[in-house]
Amino acid sequence: MSAAEAVHGAAAAVHGAAPSGGLAIDPMHQFHISTIYPLHIGGFDVSFTNSAMWMVIVAAAISLLTIAGMGKRSLVPGRWQSVAELSYEFVSNMLRDNVGDAGKRFFPFVFTLFMFVLFCNMGGMLPYSFTVTSHIIVTFGLAMFIFLGVTVLGFAVHGLHFFHFFVPKGVPAALLPLLVVIEVISYLTRPISLSVRLFANMMAGHTMLKVFAGFVIAMGWAGGFLPLAFMVAFTGLEILVAFLQAYVFAILTCIYLNDALHMH
Amino acid sequence: MPQLDFATFVPQLAWLTIVFVVLYVLMSRIALPRIATVLEGRRERIAGDLDKAAQSKAQTDAAIAAYEKALAEARAKAHTIAQATRDKLASETEAKRVAIEAQLNEKIAKAEAAIKATKETALANVRTVAVDVAGAIVSQLLGEDADKAATERAVDAALKG
Repeated sequence: MSAAEAVHGAAAAVHGAAPSGGLAIDPMHQFHISTIYPLHIGGFDVSFTNSAMWMVIVAAAISLLTIAGMGKRSLVPGRWQSVAELSYEFVSNMLRDNVGDAGKRFFPFVFTLFMFVLFCNMGGMLPYSFTVTSHIIVTFGLAMFIFLGVTVLGFAVHGLHFFHFFVPKGVPAALLPLLVVIEVISYLTRPISLSVRLFANMMAGHTMLKVFAGFVIAMGWAGGFLPLAFMVAFTGLEILVAFLQAYVFAILTCIYLNDALHMH
Repeated sequence: MPQLDFATFVPQLAWLTIVFVVLYVLMSRIALPRIATVLEGRRERIAGDLDKAAQSKAQTDAAIAAYEKALAEARAKAHTIAQATRDKLASETEAKRVAIEAQLNEKIAKAEAAIKATKETALANVRTVAVDVAGAIVSQLLGEDADKAATERAVDAALKG
């Protein structure tokens, strides 16, 4: 982080909304990581940043919903309990439909993953917030963990037989070497596609919002209403994307789990 | 592009790990078992209630069947009793009628006998009266007492004529 950026970060609490010359707005500023509390442990930089703060907020919100929301444990659920139960059953059905009963022991993980990504995406829709999932390192970290975990699981369940996963059935022998190479590459690119899909969606959407917000300000009272109307519609779409990408992330995790457990 | 600022990678990964692990523990240890208990409890409650409802329905059906059976029996019984009563009353009425008829016949016979006797007596008295009247007429006409025996003969002759 440069000194100029730090100054900029301190001055512009409204992410990118503060005029800074030119188009009067920096649409990428909202993704800026600013350190709140510098911290170094064992030579590693583990500073508490705005990203970390939003992760904590997201985790707290999820805990509040699923623990405090279930506080009464009513037979007939109230609003919060309904949402908590709905989330539970949504993920539970997703896992059952895609993995079957064998996936049950991974339910806490898939649930945590889905809720974490969903709340990070949705939290990013709040004004002045920070979108944790708009950073490739976060989505790649999650995707890599899933990829490694699923691969280890595949070998643990099937042993070396798991290599058969890369050999398609009913294919002419001549084509087999080519197809195996393709299968291996497609398998190895899973963490990349999984993480880039989420990160790119979040980043592109939020950048678009900021760019059009800049148009609203630049065009002023005379012509700002058109981009404003677009922003309103696009915000709705972004909320849909926020949910959809969390869903896609979770369901792909389920599919990878199913591949590891059942090999097609 | 702030996303490619490698200096921020380590703190982000570190906090991602911390937060995700804490959240995972919270979810798997507290939240999810709690929700599962509530959902399971509700499922059991609903299944139990449905069972109860089915039992109640079976009981109701049995009660209705029993009621209908009792009703049919009662109806049949009532019919039998009514028929028996009707028969009994009819036979009693018939008996009374026969008795009264007999009594009436008897009375009629008695009355007829009495009439017959009266008639005979009356007829018997006619001669005596005729004789007396004839005697009285003769004595009035002749101015002397009529011969009783001759009067009687004359009356008898007149009566026979």
